[in-house]
Amino acid sequence: MPLVYAGVCSHAPGITGRKHLADPEVSDAFYAAFDDMRSDLETSGAEAVIVIAAEHFANFFMNNMPSFAIGMADFYDGPIEDSGWLGIDKFKAPGNRDLSQRLIAEVMQTVDVAYAEEWLFDHGIAVPLHFLTPQFDLPVIPVNINCQGPPLTPLHRAWAFGEALGRAADAVPEKIAIIGTGGISHWPATPDSGRINYEWDLDFMDRWCRNDRDALLDYDDLNVYADAGQGGFEIRTFMAVSAAAGGAQGTVHFCEPIPIFAVSCTVASYDLSPQEA
Amino acid sequence: MQKFLYELNRSPQLQSDYAADRHAVLQPYTLTDEEVAALTEPDVGKLYVLGVNGQILMHFAALHQIEWQDYLQQMRDGVESYGPVREGVYAMTGYEGTRAHSESLGQEGGI
Ligand SMILES: [Fe+2]
Repeated sequence: MPLVYAGVCSHAPGITGRKHLADPEVSDAFYAAFDDMRSDLETSGAEAVIVIAAEHFANFFMNNMPSFAIGMADFYDGPIEDSGWLGIDKFKAPGNRDLSQRLIAEVMQTVDVAYAEEWLFDHGIAVPLHFLTPQFDLPVIPVNINCQGPPLTPLHRAWAFGEALGRAADAVPEKIAIIGTGGISHWPATPDSGRINYEWDLDFMDRWCRNDRDALLDYDDLNVYADAGQGGFEIRTFMAVSAAAGGAQGTVHFCEPIPIFAVSCTVASYDLSPQEA
Repeated sequence: MQKFLYELNRSPQLQSDYAADRHAVLQPYTLTDEEVAALTEPDVGKLYVLGVNGQILMHFAALHQIEWQDYLQQMRDGVESYGPVREGVYAMTGYEGTRAHSESLGQEGGI
């Protein structure tokens, strides 16, 4: 079936792990945006959620780094991080091996993808799930794009991959939601953590909302690194959702810098209702 | 070096072996003396300068119960004492420490 939900959100570990250090006026509004996202996801009737994350060396390392990977298991354990540090208890999130297989087979028609029957969730997936499916009752199809270890997945390939995911969702009978997670500009886990280029973030989200392929592909890694830090490489996950949503227009529900969380905390979604001719 | 940290971050067993004998768990890896010293001490700032990705290093810092602000400070101190990051993604555009980096970003209109 056509996608029933397409959105993006932040996944920084501080969102859950350093909750108490943020200005509650801003962080409460952000958590409220996550609550709205959860209810939109529930209302959509999604039977499974594809989470496109930029994971952080929890599963994929430079000894064998795939450009794209999709999980193919019935359960996924997480978080890999110390629970106290991340503020999320150990969990077992449901997957759907059979659905994964069908989606992967369809994606493979156009994009070469690695699959993984073992996958430990890190904050890249655990933080969004903590808010969006707090009971861990919705099957997750984890997806990864290499945003960490150069050479990185080229942007236009991330776009092609997103389109392939959209087609794969169309091809299965289940109702599928797709969520991209990552930071926009940020310098995570470095001495510059907390630096945020808010203007750059707003400009990026403007291109994202317009679902403007040319404008989104008009970045290169050196400029992204200079303006948006190595965390900015995670824009690939947001762009894959744009491609999957096939021209739909988006709305930013929340986008405010929260330095102790190291990012402009963001929640946004595409309007997938059929367009009038 | 990053390979060891990647495996350490994933494996509770390796974490307890590391707690028991830091030198012994490093035996199977090809490491320089400087790397072994940084991993056993541990010296977070040196590891950062040697090119360990922050996404790997922050888990290592959490394992050692290093508070977030202290972790950031140790990396800054590392760059101050040992010079710019020598390898990896942060060396990509000639990163020369927080101050130089902030100044160059300031000129480009970044925050
Ligand atoms: Fe990330």
